[in-house]
Amino acid sequence: MEKEALFGKTLEELQQVCVELGLPKFTANQLTDWLYKKPVSSIDEMTNLSKKARELLSEKYTFGLIDPTRVQESRDGTKKYLFPTIHGKYIETAMIPDKDRKTVCVSSQVGCKMGCLFCMTGKQGFQGQLTAGEIVNQIRSIPEWEEVSNIVYMGMGEPFDNLDEVLKSTQILTSEWGFAMSPRRITVSSIGIVPGLVRFLNESDCHLAISLHTPFHDERQKLMPVEIAYPLEEVLREIRNWDFGRQRRVSFEYIVFHGLNDTPAHVKEMARVLDGIKCRINLIRFHPIPDTPLKGTDEATLQEFKDALERKGITTTIRASRGQDIYAACGLLSTKTLMKN
Amino acid sequence: MAKAEEYVKAERELFEETIVNNVEISPGVFLLSVKRRFDFLPGQVVKLAVDRVQPPRIYSICSGNHEQELRILFNIKEGGYLTPKLAALIPGDKVLVSQPYGGFAGSAKSAWWIATGTGIAPFYSMFQSGLADNKVLVHGASYLNQFYFEDELDWAMGKNYRRCCSREQSCDVFHGRVTDYLRTVENLPADVEYYLCGKALMVVEVRDLLISRGIPYENIIAEIYF
Repeated sequence: MEKEALFGKTLEELQQVCVELGLPKFTANQLTDWLYKKPVSSIDEMTNLSKKARELLSEKYTFGLIDPTRVQESRDGTKKYLFPTIHGKYIETAMIPDKDRKTVCVSSQVGCKMGCLFCMTGKQGFQGQLTAGEIVNQIRSIPEWEEVSNIVYMGMGEPFDNLDEVLKSTQILTSEWGFAMSPRRITVSSIGIVPGLVRFLNESDCHLAISLHTPFHDERQKLMPVEIAYPLEEVLREIRNWDFGRQRRVSFEYIVFHGLNDTPAHVKEMARVLDGIKCRINLIRFHPIPDTPLKGTDEATLQEFKDALERKGITTTIRASRGQDIYAACGLLSTKTLMKN
Repeated sequence: MAKAEEYVKAERELFEETIVNNVEISPGVFLLSVKRRFDFLPGQVVKLAVDRVQPPRIYSICSGNHEQELRILFNIKEGGYLTPKLAALIPGDKVLVSQPYGGFAGSAKSAWWIATGTGIAPFYSMFQSGLADNKVLVHGASYLNQFYFEDELDWAMGKNYRRCCSREQSCDVFHGRVTDYLRTVENLPADVEYYLCGKALMVVEVRDLLISRGIPYENIIAEIYF
């Protein structure tokens, strides 16, 4: 029988493990220290546990870390890690250094069901869900794990389509017994699956990012089939009804496509649909993927678009493109590996 | 402040409807009927739930817009919350149904309808609503017993109804996947709309194939089963 991983379990789940093995309950707290705070990777290294406790744990469980099988490093310092999953697939994780920050972009699923026209991951179809352990492992198993300052759930997959495991992973990252990170350093990005959105707003304190890409319904459903099931209007209604308080942030991701969504009409409509929502728009340059009919907008139009949004009173930033020389757009590396295998 | 439970309870558009019929039309695949309360555009969806505990799920309507009943085609998802409960419903039981909505709506314009599995539902609704003229319907399935409504569609649409079966063979059915079939079609018209409905991988592969054959992406509209 395959052994189960301890890594990825919550304190409560570890307490249950201890009860089942006849170990004292406080052993669970010792386990969280070893799993989430200390640089060890085996049960044998948990030296403040009795030998008998370690033997009992080792009979049924493994520590559970999974090393990346490949890493690519960009000229700008961005690294892309390829991790194998429990079920023999591949996921990608990016580590993006920027001044005193190190941001890790994690995947939440293997492949994706959402089928967005501009997305490489979608071309794999849906291959499976990641466990909370596999999500947190993408942070813990990179060499920079102790220096990570920010985490974004913007890698492969739709987080709200795997919400139980995503919420469990953010619990591990933000709990005192876990990585003890501030939820304000974590952003979960979604295309806006409404039931998941409401649950996430209710059960997490992490920042929210919504992939918007165009404010027009007809246009959005050609780019993002989810628009048919959960129209942007419904997504924004839920966000508008939510009190984000002073610290929590909602932002909107907007990939700017040449001649498609970079016009004055889009600026005007964005201002209309986002009216009443305190937010930021993050403009993203589009880096073409194979077989796409879409093109990225030019720098001058991008800047004009940003300025026009700001004139409407919307805080707007342009995301720096990173790791272009290593296919940093998510999905490219794992899709190539999937096809090769 | 919004709460998840409140979202479920406040699903203001969920209406309690009485089951009129629930028939297993193929192994594990059911056609559930309730009395129609609202008008809809063929191709639209409804949210469906059996209680106010779990959020509803979205299903395409599978009946004509002039019919007295509104029907839903679904297959049982093993380990799922909703579909095993839906399958157990009998006439007289209650189910929660939203108002129809969604932009995957058929029209009288020329189009190709491309579906796999239960993704046939919105196209059957369009067909039953009198929109089948100038249409080509391509339906893909793994097995021959998964061509739901095939007798009716074959009789009415004739050569414009094309079945693709990947795991079984029959003389009047293309042997292979939908994408294999589309590759054999020499001249895919560029000036018609393409409606795609099914699982993500099929939709993405067909969309890529159509785009590679010169179909403008603006002419492609896709509905994916999440």
